[in-house]
Amino acid sequence: MDFVLAIVVGLFIATGSYFLLSRSLIRMLLGLTVFGNGVNLLIFTAGRLTREVAPIVPTGLDQPDGPIANPLPQALILTAIVIGFAMFSFLLVLAYRAYQSLDADNTDTMRVAEPEDSPRPPLSY
Amino acid sequence: MNTVIFRTIAPLIVSIMLVFSVYVCLRGHNEPGGGFIGGLIAASAIAIFGMSSGVERVRAAIRVDPLSIAGFGVFIAGLSGLMSLFTGSPFLTSIWLYLDLGETVLPLSTPMIFDIGVYLVVFGTISAIALALEGEGGDI
Amino acid sequence: MGPSLDASIALAALGPFLAAALAPVVHRFAGRYAGWVLAVVPASIFIFLLGFIEPIASRRFVQASLEWVPSYGLNLSFFIDGLSLTFALTISGIGALIILYAGSYLAGHPHQGRFLGFMLAFMGAMLGLVLADNMLALFMFWELTSVTSFLLIGFDHARQAARRGAIQALVITNIGGMGLLLGVILVQQLTGTWEISGLRGLGDGMREHGLYPLVLILFLMAAFTKSAQFPLHFWLPNAMEAPTPVSAFLHSATMVQGGVYLLSRMTPFLGGTDMWTVTLVSFGGVTLIWGALGSIRQTDLKQMLAQTTIASLGLLVLLIGLGNEAAIAAVVVYFIAHALYKAGLFMVAGAIDHETGTRDITLLSGLSDKMPLTFIGAALAALSMVGLPLTLGYLGKEEMYLALADADWRSWLLLAVLVIGNALLAGVAMALAIKPFLGPLATTPKSPHEAPIAMLIGPLVLGGLGIGVAVMTDWFAHDIVVPAASTVLDVAVESHLSLALKPTSILFWLSVLTWVLGVLVFLQMAAIRTTLRRLDAAIGWTLDQGFDSVMFGLIRFSGAVTRFFHHGKLELYLVVVFAGLALAVMVPVLGMGGMDVLLPTHELGDWSAKLSWPDLRIYEWGVIALAVLGLGALLTASSRLVAILALGVQGTAVALIFLLFGAPDLAFTQFMVEILSVVILTLVMTRLRLDERDHRQFEDWARDGTLAIVCGAGVSLLLMVVLSGTLDPRMSDFFTATSVPIAHGHNIVNVILVDYRGFDTLGEISVVMAAGIAILALIRGKKKPGTLAPDVAKRQRKSALKAAK
Repeated sequence: MDFVLAIVVGLFIATGSYFLLSRSLIRMLLGLTVFGNGVNLLIFTAGRLTREVAPIVPTGLDQPDGPIANPLPQALILTAIVIGFAMFSFLLVLAYRAYQSLDADNTDTMRVAEPEDSPRPPLSY
Repeated sequence: MNTVIFRTIAPLIVSIMLVFSVYVCLRGHNEPGGGFIGGLIAASAIAIFGMSSGVERVRAAIRVDPLSIAGFGVFIAGLSGLMSLFTGSPFLTSIWLYLDLGETVLPLSTPMIFDIGVYLVVFGTISAIALALEGEGGDI
Repeated sequence: MGPSLDASIALAALGPFLAAALAPVVHRFAGRYAGWVLAVVPASIFIFLLGFIEPIASRRFVQASLEWVPSYGLNLSFFIDGLSLTFALTISGIGALIILYAGSYLAGHPHQGRFLGFMLAFMGAMLGLVLADNMLALFMFWELTSVTSFLLIGFDHARQAARRGAIQALVITNIGGMGLLLGVILVQQLTGTWEISGLRGLGDGMREHGLYPLVLILFLMAAFTKSAQFPLHFWLPNAMEAPTPVSAFLHSATMVQGGVYLLSRMTPFLGGTDMWTVTLVSFGGVTLIWGALGSIRQTDLKQMLAQTTIASLGLLVLLIGLGNEAAIAAVVVYFIAHALYKAGLFMVAGAIDHETGTRDITLLSGLSDKMPLTFIGAALAALSMVGLPLTLGYLGKEEMYLALADADWRSWLLLAVLVIGNALLAGVAMALAIKPFLGPLATTPKSPHEAPIAMLIGPLVLGGLGIGVAVMTDWFAHDIVVPAASTVLDVAVESHLSLALKPTSILFWLSVLTWVLGVLVFLQMAAIRTTLRRLDAAIGWTLDQGFDSVMFGLIRFSGAVTRFFHHGKLELYLVVVFAGLALAVMVPVLGMGGMDVLLPTHELGDWSAKLSWPDLRIYEWGVIALAVLGLGALLTASSRLVAILALGVQGTAVALIFLLFGAPDLAFTQFMVEILSVVILTLVMTRLRLDERDHRQFEDWARDGTLAIVCGAGVSLLLMVVLSGTLDPRMSDFFTATSVPIAHGHNIVNVILVDYRGFDTLGEISVVMAAGIAILALIRGKKKPGTLAPDVAKRQRKSALKAAK
């Protein structure tokens, strides 16, 4: 079952990359989310999969009474999800602002920082 | 969004969600849950409330600026870490206090305060974002 | 020699830096007397160093060392022997006079304090350079002289010529500096020591080593750039853009002599081979003649002096290349003589400029009545430069002719070069001393009068020393020349300096020949100048212009490189990023045998297990199908709403996967995040009038698709390779085992988040909060829509116009 999940991770990464390579800001945002999900799944799967047994020690015991899911990747992913969401929101609003200011969501027309006819370096001392 | 049914039910849903979020946050140390999830549930509640009743009412209801709540969260999370100074141990070392209330034992601890801080940060930040996006007549 | 010797030697080398830092303050309080106050520093260093003459002459040398980087065994070590003492005395002695001179020359200049600070810092760098024992310290001081001279040459930075001169000097000398660094490191690798004193006795091994030519070239690079040897000499005349005190100090006696010092210092270690002799003698000879002719071509006093400095540097390099006893003794004598008369003449040129307003020798005449003391200073210096008897110049000239007094034809050729060079220099010296001062008084921009006393002390003292020292021949030979020359050659040297005229010796007649030729040059100067200028015009190209071409070529090249990599097309940047990702994933997986886990092995049973249908339950297949469906719908979405929904579907599928594989916390978080994402996306997207279809050209589509598939497949393969290995469970086991006993929590994930890795989480919630602040700032910071748009539209029109043309 691990290998099936590995292929699913690959699909997420491929879709995310494809969207990120787009020139439309909104599609890049969608790609970012998908890519983030793919990476989260990647960490999750790399920590090995265990069915249904949450990493929780039963009440009254000091140790779990059987094999449990790996808690470490879960802790890593949990914060990654929330931070990913915060970043997603930020980029969304940024894209919206850019759309308002530049009247475009196509990265080809967003050339304020690197204009096409940037000045040549001066040839003097 | 502004249907009568939604507007009627929304306060109920919102209050249940808010109570549930606190419950999820507090039980997080021993059961599934925790500050991150609790905060997200509470923020969703605020988002729903904002959609049904308008941003102004929500802001009036929570009284404080959501981002201040988030700031307070970071503050008490950091403060809970500083508590360990009193026991002379490194930053963020946990301290446990078991209060015997006769019928039951109430465990209080710095990780709990820390988790509440996390809850407040997530709740505050995401509520602030949601309210800001919902508000101001379609022009953010 | 008290116990604080270490400290005092280090202070001598580093003290000027302290004084430099204080110079602006001193200038503020002492005002026009700042020069007098600050000159105390070099003067006291000079007096301190005078105390070393006696012990050094009795063949001792003094070392001092401070810890620098003890972990690498590096010490900031200094040592004083005959050679470094000679240089250090010259630097500090002339330095004191120059500081005094500069205090008066730049009186009233708003940045005089800064200027004096730069001068003192430069002097500190120079003293450090000649006193350093550690070769890295030597390199450091070497570079410091470049940097401080950059500041000094470009002091008048409002003028383009000054900026150009400064940049040129910095570039050229730094090329050499890099060579020196490489050479020093190479020597350390070969010998295992950073100390120059540690190289003693290792010269034979070095000269037979296979890397000797490389080491030699690196050191020669450094010395030739610093000491302005042909063809890298052109920065020196351009450095005359500096205020005159700078030229008098840096470009006569100190900075340019750094290369001479380095060559002398390295003679026991690198010198004596054919390669050394041939290179040094030929470069030095060409530079001597080139510089001497160049000085006749000029009419500007400072330019003439700069060119003669080039010639003198060539002469010194030639003599070091010869490397016999007399030649090295001549190097020492000539170095001192040259430092004394050249600094004096520069100061005279500055005084003339200061008082008359011009430096053009053809416009100056008859100043001797108006500026008698200046004239005496100029005459004394010129006597030494011509090499008349009773002067240091005479001793130097006699000694260098003696070095070539054998009957080899090569010696005769070199002798001819030396005589011609000296004759040309003698001619220039006569011109400098006679033309501006004698004859009828010419009208000048300012009406001339005698220079202030601070500007006269320098030329008079230095001119006097040029004769005074020579008169004390025995003391000079025994206490200065012999120790220095012995250090250079690493054997005891006998002195044969004598002021006596010996009409029976051929050397005497060579001197006479030089004087006669010099007088001829002086008389025919105008004619020679015209011829040389015609020749110049015929060639029509100078190395100086070549430097400009190279520099501008570099600027153009770097501009082109920047535009090539920094083209401003975001999607191409991303293509590079993802191509990098694909490579980073695929290369290790495919190249290091990562595919083995997927390929059949000889154990057929293993292979058949891989072929078998994965043991997923039916609802697990369902969830995976949901994820694939979500992705597919996202890819093919034809409207905004479908895209948002598809995003939600794939997110939900991820949440379900978390739930099925024992991560309820993750599942809940993911659910909430998906819901909020969909809500927020809907809120924002409905306000945009977006064209939601994907317009990609077929080529773009194919390129992006291929890249995406390669990335995805690479990550899949990588993950499979990882999964086929074994997991190191120590961390997870630790958390699992200690969660309840130590941290009193049953939910291990939560315990990790709020307890074990609490610091991490604290950082993460701060990031979340920062993102929130940024978002609110973006939303609330009201900006009129389309503020930047007109600009962009204008630019697009412009580029469209360009395309149309």
